[in-house]
Amino acid sequence: MSEQAHGHHQSTNIENRKFAMWVLIGSECFLFGTLIANYLINKGRSLSGPSPQEVYKINVTTLSTFDLLMSSVAMVLALHYCKEKSLRKFQFWTAMVVVGGLIFLGFQYHEFSTFVNVDGLGLSTNIFASSFYLLTGCHGAHVTVGVLWMSSILVTSLIKGEKWFNSEVIEVAGLYWHFVDVVWIIIFTFVYLFVYI
Amino acid sequence: MAKYLPKTGIISWLTTVDHKRIGILYALAALFFLVVGGVDAILMRTQLIVPNNTFITGEIFNGLVTMHGTTMIFLVVMPLSAAFFNFLVPLMIGAPDVAFPRLNALSYWVFLFGALLLNTSYLVQQIPAMGWFAYANLTEKQFNPTHSVDFWVLGIQVVGLASLIAAINFFVTILNMRCKGMTLLKMPLFIWATLVTQVLLILALPVITIALVMISFDRNYGTGFFNPGLGGQVIMWQHLFWIFGHPEVYILILPAMGIVSEILATSARKPLFGYSVMVYSTCAIGFLGFAVWAHHMFTTGLGAWAQALFSAATMLIAVPTGVKIFNWISTLWGGKIRFNTASMFAISFVAMFTLGGLSGIMHSSPVIDTQHQDTYFVVAHFHYVLYGGAVMGLFGGIFYWFPKVTGRMLNEMLGKTQFWLYMVGFNLTFFPMHFLGLEGMPRRIFTYAPDMNWNFWNFCATIGAYITAVGGLLFFFNFCISLKWGKKAPADPWDGRTLEWSISSPPPEYNFAHPPEVTQLDDFWYQKYTHDGKRLPLAPERPFDPKSIHLPDQSFWPILLAAGITTIASGFVVSDHGVFISLCGLAITVGSAFGWAYEAP
Repeated sequence: MSEQAHGHHQSTNIENRKFAMWVLIGSECFLFGTLIANYLINKGRSLSGPSPQEVYKINVTTLSTFDLLMSSVAMVLALHYCKEKSLRKFQFWTAMVVVGGLIFLGFQYHEFSTFVNVDGLGLSTNIFASSFYLLTGCHGAHVTVGVLWMSSILVTSLIKGEKWFNSEVIEVAGLYWHFVDVVWIIIFTFVYLFVYI
Repeated sequence: MAKYLPKTGIISWLTTVDHKRIGILYALAALFFLVVGGVDAILMRTQLIVPNNTFITGEIFNGLVTMHGTTMIFLVVMPLSAAFFNFLVPLMIGAPDVAFPRLNALSYWVFLFGALLLNTSYLVQQIPAMGWFAYANLTEKQFNPTHSVDFWVLGIQVVGLASLIAAINFFVTILNMRCKGMTLLKMPLFIWATLVTQVLLILALPVITIALVMISFDRNYGTGFFNPGLGGQVIMWQHLFWIFGHPEVYILILPAMGIVSEILATSARKPLFGYSVMVYSTCAIGFLGFAVWAHHMFTTGLGAWAQALFSAATMLIAVPTGVKIFNWISTLWGGKIRFNTASMFAISFVAMFTLGGLSGIMHSSPVIDTQHQDTYFVVAHFHYVLYGGAVMGLFGGIFYWFPKVTGRMLNEMLGKTQFWLYMVGFNLTFFPMHFLGLEGMPRRIFTYAPDMNWNFWNFCATIGAYITAVGGLLFFFNFCISLKWGKKAPADPWDGRTLEWSISSPPPEYNFAHPPEVTQLDDFWYQKYTHDGKRLPLAPERPFDPKSIHLPDQSFWPILLAAGITTIASGFVVSDHGVFISLCGLAITVGSAFGWAYEAP
């Protein structure tokens, strides 16, 4: 899966793909920055209810936040055992990352459907809802990409077995996964916790 | 599979991952869209040649205004700059290719398909007509019920994605693929300009991406981000658009500045004056470019503090820009200047850009800006920087590097004729617009009354546009005949200073037989001359076996993935079965992404 032109040194000693992922993360910061700014500007501008205070269930969201944090721990362990060349443990923790991501997406599905069906907060109900769904939906899409990525790494390692210990790929995927996690911490703080200030 | 793909013919171009070929593809697409955008301009100027003209309707005129701006910015200047990035960056830094050759191919195809998607709007007669800035709430369904806005939104979204992918690729390439000895301050200035441009793209594009998604949501899913009736704000779009839009201005001009710096140093046969200060100025322009967006919004009532701050920041940009202008002049000072077409375009860049820069500083004052807002004075200003500046610089680059790309020289006589037609035509069109603007002629009007005192200068402007068009035709004639019958180009026709001139014209597929090593700025020049200008004997050629160099294989996945992405987008511009089309596109995208990931490189 290596893409760089072969036999060429790297001026910064950082592998090309890892470097590219850092640059992409820089770009993503502005993407989520725009979304968060948009949410903060619009959350109090709704012309009708429901308001953030009425719909957020902080207990449930805390649980899903904890789940996503733990999937990051699993990511760290997956990389660790990949470098150790311990196949079964690597596959187990990679699977745990996928499971953690899927549980998070399940929480998000549950949250969205409760908002829509119980609280009556659809995408276009008010400007708070639109900004909220755009922000958290975009984050959910990022988690989905991460889950697909980690699943394909897991499948590849199951097929290729001992021959496949590509820790560089895991490191790049790990950078992405941790970034998506960090963004969620920021969203959790600014969106869910700041309601109580 | 990839190993057996043909090396020549159409398939080889569709599957190429060679940065030089991709550069050529970018250039050809950009020149095609230059004709499209140019025809838009000629039609508009023809409509305005006399008062109360009925050549085209107001509705079509609005479409032409929008598409002219959009085409020239996103489909001409950006891809033409990208053509130079692609062809030159690996050669100038002594690399065999870019960091991610297949991603590079992907950027090109995504760009091309996005551009075609945008231009499909002509074919189905739903031309976007809300201006290239797409101000809210003109973009809401209520005011634009057809798919015209969707074509624009999705077209820009896809083209923007192409730019983002390319930006990441070139950022990594420049920082990671430099040859031995090329530290940051030994890179050619064009490489620095490219690097800063990529940073601007990487940080500015996500903002417009979100803003465009918000338009799409407003139009398709009933949200009201830009609809005050639903709690949204019209001004929000202007902020988001210009947070992207102002860095975009520097994205357009910085590559041309880099090109001009290379041409001027070569044609004056002197090192670029104040190289390191030029580097810092480029970085300063890039940094300040993010702090001035609201000067596009002085008339919206931002409040005194915001106006003062954005006004001061805007004036500050004049400092690094002024430094550059003085450095270019000092580069020429005392040099043995060769006046060929490339250097004439480069010198005219400095002059025209200075004029545009001066009217730009005028607009940094909110008081003056309030007078000029939405008048032809602004049209004159940004055409002086983007046309007299960026486009003239890029044409200089075409004349300068055409021999390297094709192995043949462009005809100098035709080139100089084109240059003078451009200079005369350009100034005849846009200088009078200063007067028209000060006399109060608004932008984007499709006709005017005969008693406004605008007749004479409008007539002049239109004649100027026709003269420019003749120059453009001459260029395409020159381009075609030189490609076939042009004088054969030596490896180093201009006595150049940078590494691309050290290899044959056109360069071999593998670029450098031996990875170059540099010890100083303009290293290639000092391989030819001592520091006091004496000619050095040429180093003997070292033998090598071309088969010893492994090149990345051709691949079908980039073009397939690009087709998938564009299919997702095109689901939004049809009235029926949009979801189905988008889902098909998604399937193609995910499938090709996996095919790509598992393809042996």
